[in-house]
Amino acid sequence: MYNKAFDVIKLCEQENKKISEIAILKEAKMRNLTEKDVIDEMKSVLEIMKKSATSGLESPIISHSKITGGNAVKINNYLNSNKSLSGDLINKAMAMAVSTSEVNASMGVICAAPTAGASGILPSSILNAKEKLGSSDEDLVNALFTAAVIGELATKNATVSGAEGGCQAECGVAASMSAAAIVEMAGGSPIDSFNAASFALINVMGLICDPVAGLVEYPCFLRNASGVVNAFVSADLALAGVQSLIPFDEVLEAMYKVGKSLPETLRETALGGIATTPAAKEIARRFYNGTTE
Amino acid sequence: MKDYSIFDVIGPVMVGPSSSHTAGAVKLAKTAMELSEKGFYKVIFYLHGSFAKTYKGHGTDKALVAGVLGFEPSDERVKHSLDIAKSNNLTIEFKEIEFEYAHPNTAKIEFHYLNSPSFFVIGSSIGGGNVVITNINGDDVEFTGQYPTILLKYIDKKGMISQISTILSNNEINIASMKVTRSNNLATFVCETDNLITDSAKEEILKIKDIEIAKFINPVRS
Repeated sequence: MYNKAFDVIKLCEQENKKISEIAILKEAKMRNLTEKDVIDEMKSVLEIMKKSATSGLESPIISHSKITGGNAVKINNYLNSNKSLSGDLINKAMAMAVSTSEVNASMGVICAAPTAGASGILPSSILNAKEKLGSSDEDLVNALFTAAVIGELATKNATVSGAEGGCQAECGVAASMSAAAIVEMAGGSPIDSFNAASFALINVMGLICDPVAGLVEYPCFLRNASGVVNAFVSADLALAGVQSLIPFDEVLEAMYKVGKSLPETLRETALGGIATTPAAKEIARRFYNGTTE
Repeated sequence: MKDYSIFDVIGPVMVGPSSSHTAGAVKLAKTAMELSEKGFYKVIFYLHGSFAKTYKGHGTDKALVAGVLGFEPSDERVKHSLDIAKSNNLTIEFKEIEFEYAHPNTAKIEFHYLNSPSFFVIGSSIGGGNVVITNINGDDVEFTGQYPTILLKYIDKKGMISQISTILSNNEINIASMKVTRSNNLATFVCETDNLITDSAKEEILKIKDIEIAKFINPVRS
Protein backbone atom coordinates (compact mmCIF):
# COMPACT_ATOMS: atom_id res chain seq x y z
CA MET A 1 0.00 0.00 0.00
CA TYR A 2 2.92 2.33 0.74
CA ASN A 3 6.67 1.94 0.93
CA LYS A 4 7.76 5.58 0.94
CA ALA A 5 6.67 8.84 2.56
CA PHE A 6 5.90 9.97 -0.99
CA ASP A 7 3.25 7.22 -1.27
CA VAL A 8 1.74 8.10 2.11
CA ILE A 9 1.43 11.80 1.26
CA LYS A 10 -0.16 10.92 -2.08
CA LEU A 11 -2.67 8.59 -0.39
CA CYS A 12 -3.52 11.27 2.19
CA GLU A 13 -4.13 13.81 -0.55
CA GLN A 14 -6.10 11.51 -2.86
CA GLU A 15 -8.38 10.23 -0.15
CA ASN A 16 -8.40 13.40 1.97
CA LYS A 17 -7.30 11.44 5.02
CA LYS A 18 -4.86 11.86 7.89
CA ILE A 19 -1.76 9.66 8.14
CA SER A 20 -3.37 7.81 11.07
CA GLU A 21 -6.47 6.99 9.02
CA ILE A 22 -4.32 5.55 6.21
CA ALA A 23 -2.46 3.43 8.78
CA ILE A 24 -5.63 2.05 10.40
CA LEU A 25 -7.07 1.09 7.00
CA LYS A 26 -3.83 -0.58 5.95
CA GLU A 27 -3.49 -2.57 9.15
CA ALA A 28 -7.10 -3.77 9.07
CA LYS A 29 -6.81 -4.81 5.43
CA MET A 30 -3.44 -6.51 5.85
CA ARG A 31 -4.55 -8.61 8.83
CA ASN A 32 -8.12 -9.11 7.69
CA LEU A 33 -9.51 -7.39 10.79
CA THR A 34 -12.05 -4.62 11.32
CA GLU A 35 -10.88 -1.06 11.95
CA LYS A 36 -12.35 -1.37 15.44
CA ASP A 37 -10.19 -4.46 16.19
CA VAL A 38 -7.05 -2.60 15.19
CA ILE A 39 -8.00 0.50 17.19
CA ASP A 40 -8.78 -1.63 20.26
CA GLU A 41 -5.37 -3.29 19.99
CA MET A 42 -3.74 0.16 19.99
CA LYS A 43 -5.84 1.21 23.01
CA SER A 44 -4.22 -1.56 25.05
CA VAL A 45 -0.79 -0.34 23.90
CA LEU A 46 -1.72 3.18 25.06
CA GLU A 47 -2.59 1.89 28.54
CA ILE A 48 0.83 0.22 28.86
CA MET A 49 2.50 3.44 27.72
CA LYS A 50 0.57 5.55 30.24
CA LYS A 51 1.64 3.26 33.03
CA SER A 52 5.34 3.14 32.09
CA ALA A 53 5.50 6.93 31.57
CA THR A 54 4.15 7.69 35.04
CA SER A 55 5.19 4.88 37.36
CA GLY A 56 8.73 6.24 37.83
CA LEU A 57 7.63 9.80 38.73
CA GLU A 58 6.68 9.34 42.38
CA SER A 59 8.96 6.62 43.74
CA PRO A 60 12.42 5.75 42.43
CA ILE A 61 12.84 2.81 40.06
CA ILE A 62 16.30 1.23 40.19
CA SER A 63 17.65 -0.71 37.21
CA HIS A 64 18.09 -4.47 37.16
CA SER A 65 21.87 -3.97 37.13
CA LYS A 66 21.59 -1.39 39.96
CA ILE A 67 23.82 0.96 37.92
CA THR A 68 21.17 3.65 37.28
CA GLY A 69 17.75 4.73 38.53
CA GLY A 70 15.67 7.25 40.41
CA ASN A 71 16.20 10.05 37.92
CA ALA A 72 12.59 10.42 36.78
CA VAL A 73 11.68 11.30 40.39
CA LYS A 74 14.45 13.88 40.52
CA ILE A 75 13.33 15.56 37.31
CA ASN A 76 9.71 15.53 38.46
CA ASN A 77 10.59 17.05 41.85
CA TYR A 78 12.70 19.69 40.15
CA LEU A 79 9.73 20.56 37.95
CA ASN A 80 7.57 21.00 41.05
CA SER A 81 10.13 23.42 42.52
CA ASN A 82 9.30 25.90 39.73
CA LYS A 83 12.98 26.58 39.11
CA SER A 84 13.14 24.92 35.71
CA LEU A 85 14.90 26.91 33.02
CA SER A 86 13.33 25.14 30.07
CA GLY A 87 9.78 25.21 31.42
CA ASP A 88 7.04 22.89 32.60
CA LEU A 89 6.23 21.03 29.41
CA ILE A 90 9.84 20.21 28.57
CA ASN A 91 10.60 19.11 32.13
CA LYS A 92 7.51 16.97 32.44
CA ALA A 93 8.27 15.43 29.06
CA MET A 94 11.81 14.57 30.14
CA ALA A 95 10.60 13.10 33.44
CA MET A 96 8.05 10.89 31.69
CA ALA A 97 10.52 9.73 29.01
CA VAL A 98 13.01 8.79 31.74
CA SER A 99 10.24 7.02 33.69
CA THR A 100 9.65 4.60 30.82
CA SER A 101 13.41 4.13 30.35
CA GLU A 102 13.69 3.24 34.02
CA VAL A 103 10.77 0.82 33.88
CA ASN A 104 12.52 -0.84 30.93
CA ALA A 105 15.88 -1.05 32.72
CA SER A 106 14.20 -2.56 35.79
CA MET A 107 12.60 -5.39 33.76
CA GLY A 108 9.17 -3.80 33.92
CA VAL A 109 6.63 -3.93 31.07
CA ILE A 110 7.06 -1.44 28.23
CA CYS A 111 6.04 -1.20 24.60
CA ALA A 112 9.00 -1.03 22.20
CA ALA A 113 8.64 2.08 19.99
CA PRO A 114 10.46 1.39 17.76
CA THR A 115 12.84 -0.38 20.19
CA ALA A 116 12.99 -1.03 23.93
CA GLY A 117 16.01 1.26 24.33
CA ALA A 118 14.12 4.21 22.80
CA SER A 119 10.73 3.33 24.29
CA GLY A 120 10.45 6.44 26.50
CA ILE A 121 10.15 9.03 23.75
CA LEU A 122 6.82 8.31 22.08
CA PRO A 123 4.65 7.82 25.21
CA SER A 124 5.97 11.00 26.78
CA SER A 125 5.55 13.01 23.56
CA ILE A 126 1.89 12.19 23.03
CA LEU A 127 0.94 12.39 26.73
CA ASN A 128 2.50 15.82 27.14
CA ALA A 129 1.06 17.08 23.86
CA LYS A 130 -2.31 15.92 25.19
CA GLU A 131 -1.87 18.05 28.33
CA LYS A 132 -1.13 21.10 26.21
CA LEU A 133 -3.80 20.51 23.56
CA GLY A 134 -6.55 18.95 25.68
CA SER A 135 -6.71 15.94 23.37
CA SER A 136 -8.83 12.84 23.97
CA ASP A 137 -7.62 9.24 24.34
CA GLU A 138 -8.94 8.67 20.83
CA ASP A 139 -6.57 11.38 19.56
CA LEU A 140 -3.71 9.63 21.35
CA VAL A 141 -4.55 6.30 19.74
CA ASN A 142 -4.61 7.98 16.32
CA ALA A 143 -1.29 9.66 17.07
CA LEU A 144 0.24 6.24 17.76
CA PHE A 145 -0.85 5.06 14.31
CA THR A 146 0.76 8.13 12.73
CA ALA A 147 3.97 7.49 14.66
CA ALA A 148 3.91 3.87 13.54
CA VAL A 149 3.85 4.88 9.86
CA ILE A 150 7.08 6.85 10.32
CA GLY A 151 8.64 3.92 12.17
CA GLU A 152 7.47 1.52 9.49
CA LEU A 153 9.06 3.63 6.74
CA ALA A 154 12.31 3.70 8.74
CA THR A 155 12.17 -0.08 9.23
CA LYS A 156 11.50 -0.70 5.54
CA ASN A 157 13.90 1.81 4.03
CA ALA A 158 16.61 2.18 6.67
CA THR A 159 17.01 0.54 10.08
CA VAL A 160 15.79 0.95 13.66
CA SER A 161 18.56 -1.18 15.14
CA GLY A 162 21.30 0.46 17.18
CA ALA A 163 23.65 -2.37 16.22
CA GLU A 164 23.12 -1.50 12.57
CA GLY A 165 22.60 2.28 12.59
CA GLY A 166 23.62 3.68 15.97
CA CYS A 167 21.37 5.67 18.32
CA GLN A 168 20.12 7.90 15.48
CA ALA A 169 18.26 4.78 14.29
CA GLU A 170 16.67 4.19 17.71
CA CYS A 171 16.19 7.47 19.60
CA GLY A 172 16.41 9.45 16.34
CA VAL A 173 13.63 7.45 14.71
CA ALA A 174 11.59 7.48 17.95
CA ALA A 175 11.80 11.29 18.02
CA SER A 176 10.93 11.41 14.34
CA MET A 177 7.86 9.19 14.89
CA SER A 178 6.83 11.29 17.88
CA ALA A 179 7.26 14.62 16.09
CA ALA A 180 4.99 13.50 13.25
CA ALA A 181 2.43 12.20 15.74
CA ILE A 182 2.16 15.36 17.84
CA VAL A 183 2.00 17.53 14.73
CA GLU A 184 -1.11 15.60 13.70
CA MET A 185 -2.51 15.99 17.24
CA ALA A 186 -1.98 19.76 16.96
CA GLY A 187 -3.90 19.86 13.69
CA GLY A 188 -0.96 19.94 11.27
CA SER A 189 -1.19 18.50 7.78
CA PRO A 190 0.47 15.24 6.66
CA ILE A 191 3.19 17.32 5.02
CA ASP A 192 3.76 19.18 8.30
CA SER A 193 4.10 15.79 10.02
CA PHE A 194 6.74 14.63 7.54
CA ASN A 195 8.59 17.96 7.84
CA ALA A 196 8.72 17.47 11.61
CA ALA A 197 9.84 13.86 11.16
CA SER A 198 12.65 15.06 8.89
CA PHE A 199 13.81 17.73 11.33
CA ALA A 200 13.97 15.29 14.24
CA LEU A 201 16.20 12.89 12.29
CA ILE A 202 18.38 15.65 10.85
CA ASN A 203 18.90 17.04 14.36
CA VAL A 204 20.59 13.86 15.58
CA MET A 205 22.07 12.51 12.37
CA GLY A 206 25.19 10.53 13.21
CA LEU A 207 24.30 9.92 16.86
CA ILE A 208 26.21 6.85 18.01
CA CYS A 209 25.17 3.98 20.30
CA ASP A 210 27.70 3.59 23.13
CA PRO A 211 26.06 1.88 26.11
CA VAL A 212 28.06 1.76 29.34
CA ALA A 213 28.77 -1.88 30.25
CA GLY A 214 26.76 -2.86 27.17
CA LEU A 215 23.51 -2.30 29.07
CA VAL A 216 20.38 -0.44 27.91
CA GLU A 217 20.74 2.26 30.58
CA TYR A 218 23.34 4.94 30.21
CA PRO A 219 23.36 7.10 28.11
CA CYS A 220 20.07 5.60 26.89
CA PHE A 221 17.84 7.35 29.42
CA LEU A 222 19.55 10.71 28.71
CA ARG A 223 18.90 10.24 25.01
CA ASN A 224 15.28 9.42 25.73
CA ALA A 225 15.07 12.73 27.60
CA SER A 226 16.74 14.69 24.79
CA GLY A 227 14.75 12.66 22.25
CA VAL A 228 11.40 13.86 23.55
CA VAL A 229 12.67 17.45 23.52
CA ASN A 230 13.83 16.90 19.94
CA ALA A 231 10.30 15.74 19.07
CA PHE A 232 8.68 18.89 20.50
CA VAL A 233 11.25 21.23 18.91
CA SER A 234 10.85 19.55 15.52
CA ALA A 235 7.05 19.62 15.77
CA ASP A 236 7.02 23.32 16.63
CA LEU A 237 9.38 24.14 13.76
CA ALA A 238 7.06 22.37 11.33
CA LEU A 239 3.88 23.87 12.81
CA ALA A 240 5.49 27.32 12.56
CA GLY A 241 5.71 26.72 8.83
CA VAL A 242 9.40 25.91 8.48
CA GLN A 243 9.79 23.66 5.42
CA SER A 244 12.20 20.75 5.16
CA LEU A 245 14.41 21.27 2.12
CA ILE A 246 15.03 17.52 2.02
CA PRO A 247 12.08 15.11 1.61
CA PHE A 248 11.67 12.58 4.43
CA ASP A 249 12.48 9.63 2.14
CA GLU A 250 15.86 11.18 1.36
CA VAL A 251 16.53 12.01 5.00
CA LEU A 252 15.90 8.36 5.89
CA GLU A 253 18.25 7.19 3.18
CA ALA A 254 20.93 9.58 4.42
CA MET A 255 20.46 8.34 8.00
CA TYR A 256 20.83 4.74 6.78
CA LYS A 257 24.02 5.52 4.89
CA VAL A 258 25.47 7.34 7.89
CA GLY A 259 24.58 4.37 10.08
CA LYS A 260 26.30 1.91 7.80
CA SER A 261 29.41 4.07 7.61
CA LEU A 262 29.70 4.31 11.41
CA PRO A 263 32.50 2.06 12.66
CA GLU A 264 31.30 -1.01 14.51
CA THR A 265 32.80 0.35 17.75
CA LEU A 266 30.04 3.01 17.73
CA ARG A 267 27.13 0.66 17.07
CA GLU A 268 25.96 -0.92 20.33
CA THR A 269 29.16 -2.87 20.91
CA ALA A 270 30.25 -0.80 23.94
CA LEU A 271 33.67 -0.52 22.26
CA GLY A 272 33.60 3.25 21.69
CA GLY A 273 32.12 6.59 22.69
CA ILE A 274 31.45 7.09 26.38
CA ALA A 275 31.41 3.29 26.88
CA THR A 276 35.21 3.19 26.73
CA THR A 277 35.94 6.13 29.03
CA PRO A 278 37.84 5.22 32.20
CA ALA A 279 34.77 5.89 34.34
CA ALA A 280 32.58 3.64 32.17
CA LYS A 281 35.17 0.86 32.19
CA GLU A 282 35.29 1.00 35.98
CA ILE A 283 31.48 0.76 36.16
CA ALA A 284 31.57 -2.22 33.79
CA ARG A 285 34.37 -3.89 35.74
CA ARG A 286 32.51 -3.60 39.04
CA PHE A 287 29.28 -4.79 37.47
CA TYR A 288 30.77 -7.88 35.89
CA ASN A 289 32.67 -8.69 39.10
CA GLY A 290 29.37 -8.54 40.93
CA THR A 291 30.41 -5.64 43.16
CA THR A 292 27.93 -3.02 41.92
CA GLU A 293 26.12 -1.45 44.87
CA MET B 1 9.24 -5.27 0.02
CA LYS B 2 8.12 -7.13 3.16
CA ASP B 3 5.00 -5.61 4.65
CA TYR B 4 5.09 -4.81 8.34
CA SER B 5 2.24 -4.71 10.79
CA ILE B 6 1.85 -1.42 12.65
CA PHE B 7 2.39 -3.51 15.79
CA ASP B 8 5.79 -4.71 14.58
CA VAL B 9 6.82 -1.05 14.90
CA ILE B 10 4.82 -0.05 18.01
CA GLY B 11 5.63 -3.27 19.83
CA PRO B 12 6.30 -5.80 21.12
CA VAL B 13 4.85 -5.16 24.55
CA MET B 14 7.58 -6.74 26.59
CA VAL B 15 9.50 -6.87 29.81
CA GLY B 16 12.70 -4.82 29.38
CA PRO B 17 15.45 -4.04 28.95
CA SER B 18 16.40 -5.56 25.60
CA SER B 19 14.28 -7.04 22.82
CA SER B 20 17.02 -9.50 21.84
CA HIS B 21 18.48 -10.30 25.28
CA THR B 22 15.21 -10.34 27.23
CA ALA B 23 12.06 -10.66 25.06
CA GLY B 24 13.80 -12.94 22.54
CA ALA B 25 15.24 -15.06 25.34
CA VAL B 26 11.77 -15.65 26.83
CA LYS B 27 10.45 -16.65 23.43
CA LEU B 28 13.40 -18.95 22.71
CA ALA B 29 13.05 -20.82 26.01
CA LYS B 30 9.26 -21.02 25.72
CA THR B 31 9.54 -22.53 22.25
CA ALA B 32 12.11 -25.04 23.56
CA MET B 33 9.80 -25.92 26.46
CA GLU B 34 6.94 -26.54 24.02
CA LEU B 35 9.17 -28.97 22.10
CA SER B 36 10.14 -30.87 25.24
CA GLU B 37 8.16 -33.42 27.21
CA LYS B 38 6.52 -32.20 30.41
CA GLY B 39 7.78 -33.30 33.80
CA PHE B 40 11.38 -32.07 33.68
CA TYR B 41 12.93 -31.48 37.10
CA LYS B 42 16.07 -29.64 35.95
CA VAL B 43 17.01 -27.31 33.08
CA ILE B 44 20.58 -26.46 32.15
CA PHE B 45 21.12 -23.36 30.02
CA TYR B 46 24.38 -23.34 28.06
CA LEU B 47 25.02 -19.74 26.99
CA HIS B 48 27.16 -18.73 24.04
CA GLY B 49 28.63 -15.39 22.96
CA SER B 50 26.90 -12.20 24.04
CA PHE B 51 24.35 -14.23 26.00
CA ALA B 52 27.17 -15.66 28.10
CA LYS B 53 28.84 -12.30 28.64
CA THR B 54 25.91 -10.00 29.37
CA TYR B 55 23.16 -12.28 30.63
CA LYS B 56 23.17 -10.86 34.13
CA GLY B 57 22.76 -7.21 33.12
CA HIS B 58 20.01 -7.83 30.60
CA GLY B 59 18.16 -10.30 32.79
CA THR B 60 18.65 -13.00 30.16
CA ASP B 61 18.84 -15.59 32.96
CA LYS B 62 15.41 -14.58 34.31
CA ALA B 63 14.03 -14.39 30.78
CA LEU B 64 15.17 -17.91 29.88
CA VAL B 65 13.78 -19.38 33.09
CA ALA B 66 10.50 -17.51 32.51
CA GLY B 67 10.30 -19.13 29.08
CA VAL B 68 10.64 -22.69 30.39
CA LEU B 69 7.98 -21.83 32.98
CA GLY B 70 5.70 -20.98 30.03
CA PHE B 71 5.50 -17.19 30.53
CA GLU B 72 5.07 -14.74 27.65
CA PRO B 73 7.65 -11.95 26.97
CA SER B 74 5.18 -9.39 28.38
CA ASP B 75 4.50 -11.19 31.67
CA GLU B 76 5.42 -9.17 34.76
CA ARG B 77 6.41 -12.42 36.48
CA VAL B 78 9.49 -12.66 34.19
CA LYS B 79 11.36 -10.55 36.72
CA HIS B 80 10.65 -13.05 39.51
CA SER B 81 11.10 -16.25 37.49
CA LEU B 82 14.13 -17.53 39.44
CA ASP B 83 12.13 -17.47 42.68
CA ILE B 84 9.10 -19.00 40.98
CA ALA B 85 11.25 -21.84 39.59
CA LYS B 86 12.62 -22.45 43.08
CA SER B 87 9.17 -22.65 44.64
CA ASN B 88 8.15 -25.06 41.84
CA ASN B 89 11.15 -27.27 42.75
CA LEU B 90 12.66 -26.74 39.31
CA THR B 91 16.47 -26.85 39.41
CA ILE B 92 18.20 -24.31 37.15
CA GLU B 93 21.84 -24.18 36.08
CA PHE B 94 23.71 -21.76 33.82
CA LYS B 95 26.93 -22.70 32.04
CA GLU B 96 29.06 -20.96 29.46
CA ILE B 97 29.72 -22.70 26.16
CA GLU B 98 31.49 -21.91 22.88
CA PHE B 99 29.69 -22.94 19.70
CA GLU B 100 31.45 -22.67 16.37
CA TYR B 101 29.82 -20.38 13.81
CA ALA B 102 26.85 -19.60 16.06
CA HIS B 103 24.92 -16.33 16.31
CA PRO B 104 26.19 -14.28 19.31
CA ASN B 105 22.92 -14.74 21.20
CA THR B 106 22.69 -18.50 21.22
CA ALA B 107 21.62 -20.90 23.96
CA LYS B 108 21.43 -24.65 24.30
CA ILE B 109 18.55 -25.53 26.61
CA GLU B 110 18.74 -28.98 28.14
CA PHE B 111 15.75 -30.56 29.92
CA HIS B 112 16.39 -33.32 32.46
CA TYR B 113 13.94 -36.01 33.57
CA LEU B 114 14.00 -38.53 36.37
CA ASN B 115 13.02 -41.59 34.35
CA SER B 116 13.88 -40.71 30.77
CA PRO B 117 16.88 -39.37 28.86
CA SER B 118 17.56 -35.64 28.72
CA PHE B 119 16.48 -33.58 25.70
CA PHE B 120 17.91 -30.37 24.27
CA VAL B 121 17.06 -27.52 21.92
CA ILE B 122 19.52 -25.00 20.47
CA GLY B 123 18.39 -21.63 19.20
CA SER B 124 19.32 -17.97 18.81
CA SER B 125 17.70 -14.65 19.55
CA ILE B 126 18.28 -12.78 16.31
CA GLY B 127 16.98 -9.29 17.15
CA GLY B 128 13.73 -7.45 17.75
CA GLY B 129 12.45 -10.33 19.89
CA ASN B 130 12.65 -12.80 17.00
CA VAL B 131 14.24 -16.22 17.40
CA VAL B 132 15.37 -19.15 15.31
CA ILE B 133 15.53 -22.76 16.50
CA THR B 134 18.53 -24.48 14.90
CA ASN B 135 18.85 -27.89 16.52
CA ILE B 136 16.54 -30.29 18.33
CA ASN B 137 18.26 -33.11 20.21
CA GLY B 138 21.02 -33.36 17.62
CA ASP B 139 18.91 -32.84 14.51
CA ASP B 140 19.60 -29.65 12.56
CA VAL B 141 16.41 -27.71 11.90
CA GLU B 142 15.52 -24.11 11.13
CA PHE B 143 12.29 -22.45 12.13
CA THR B 144 11.30 -19.24 13.90
CA GLY B 145 8.24 -20.08 15.97
CA GLN B 146 6.57 -17.07 14.34
CA TYR B 147 4.32 -19.42 12.40
CA PRO B 148 2.47 -22.47 13.64
CA THR B 149 5.02 -25.27 13.29
CA ILE B 150 4.75 -29.03 12.94
CA LEU B 151 7.76 -31.14 13.85
CA LEU B 152 7.69 -34.86 13.09
CA LYS B 153 10.15 -37.72 13.26
CA TYR B 154 9.24 -40.84 11.37
CA ILE B 155 10.70 -43.91 9.71
CA ASP B 156 11.51 -42.73 6.22
CA LYS B 157 9.42 -44.29 3.48
CA LYS B 158 7.54 -43.32 0.35
CA GLY B 159 4.35 -41.33 0.58
CA MET B 160 4.76 -39.85 4.07
CA ILE B 161 4.93 -36.24 2.91
CA SER B 162 1.94 -36.65 0.66
CA GLN B 163 -0.11 -38.15 3.52
CA ILE B 164 0.81 -35.25 5.80
CA SER B 165 0.18 -32.57 3.20
CA THR B 166 -3.17 -34.12 2.29
CA ILE B 167 -4.26 -33.94 5.93
CA LEU B 168 -3.18 -30.31 6.13
CA SER B 169 -4.95 -29.39 2.93
CA ASN B 170 -8.15 -31.20 4.00
CA ASN B 171 -8.06 -29.15 7.19
CA GLU B 172 -7.53 -25.93 5.20
CA ILE B 173 -4.05 -25.40 6.61
CA ASN B 174 -1.67 -23.81 4.13
CA ILE B 175 2.02 -24.79 4.18
CA ALA B 176 4.37 -21.78 4.36
CA SER B 177 7.65 -23.71 4.35
CA MET B 178 8.78 -27.30 4.71
CA LYS B 179 12.09 -29.04 5.26
CA VAL B 180 12.91 -32.73 5.58
CA THR B 181 16.30 -34.12 6.64
CA ARG B 182 17.35 -37.73 7.17
CA SER B 183 19.80 -39.60 9.28
CA ASN B 184 19.92 -43.40 9.20
CA ASN B 185 16.36 -44.35 8.37
CA LEU B 186 14.72 -41.59 10.42
CA ALA B 187 13.36 -38.48 8.75
CA THR B 188 12.96 -35.15 10.57
CA PHE B 189 10.14 -33.11 9.10
CA VAL B 190 9.66 -29.41 9.97
CA CYS B 191 6.79 -27.52 8.44
CA GLU B 192 5.61 -23.95 9.08
CA THR B 193 2.00 -23.13 8.25
CA ASP B 194 -0.05 -19.99 7.69
CA ASN B 195 -3.01 -21.23 9.73
CA LEU B 196 -3.22 -22.46 13.32
CA ILE B 197 -2.92 -26.23 13.58
CA THR B 198 -6.33 -27.53 14.57
CA ASP B 199 -6.98 -30.44 16.95
CA SER B 200 -8.52 -32.50 14.16
CA ALA B 201 -5.41 -32.05 12.00
CA LYS B 202 -3.22 -33.08 14.94
CA GLU B 203 -5.30 -36.20 15.57
CA GLU B 204 -5.18 -37.27 11.94
CA ILE B 205 -1.41 -36.76 11.72
CA LEU B 206 -0.88 -38.76 14.91
CA LYS B 207 -2.77 -41.66 13.31
CA ILE B 208 -0.23 -41.99 10.50
CA LYS B 209 1.74 -45.21 10.97
CA ASP B 210 5.46 -45.01 11.86
CA ILE B 211 5.48 -41.48 13.25
CA GLU B 212 7.71 -41.68 16.31
CA ILE B 213 7.67 -38.09 17.53
CA ALA B 214 5.14 -35.35 16.77
CA LYS B 215 5.19 -31.77 18.11
CA PHE B 216 2.80 -28.98 17.28
CA ILE B 217 3.70 -25.43 18.25
CA ASN B 218 1.36 -22.49 17.93
CA PRO B 219 3.26 -19.18 18.03
CA VAL B 220 4.36 -17.29 21.14
CA ARG B 221 2.65 -13.92 21.02
CA SER B 222 4.94 -10.96 21.40
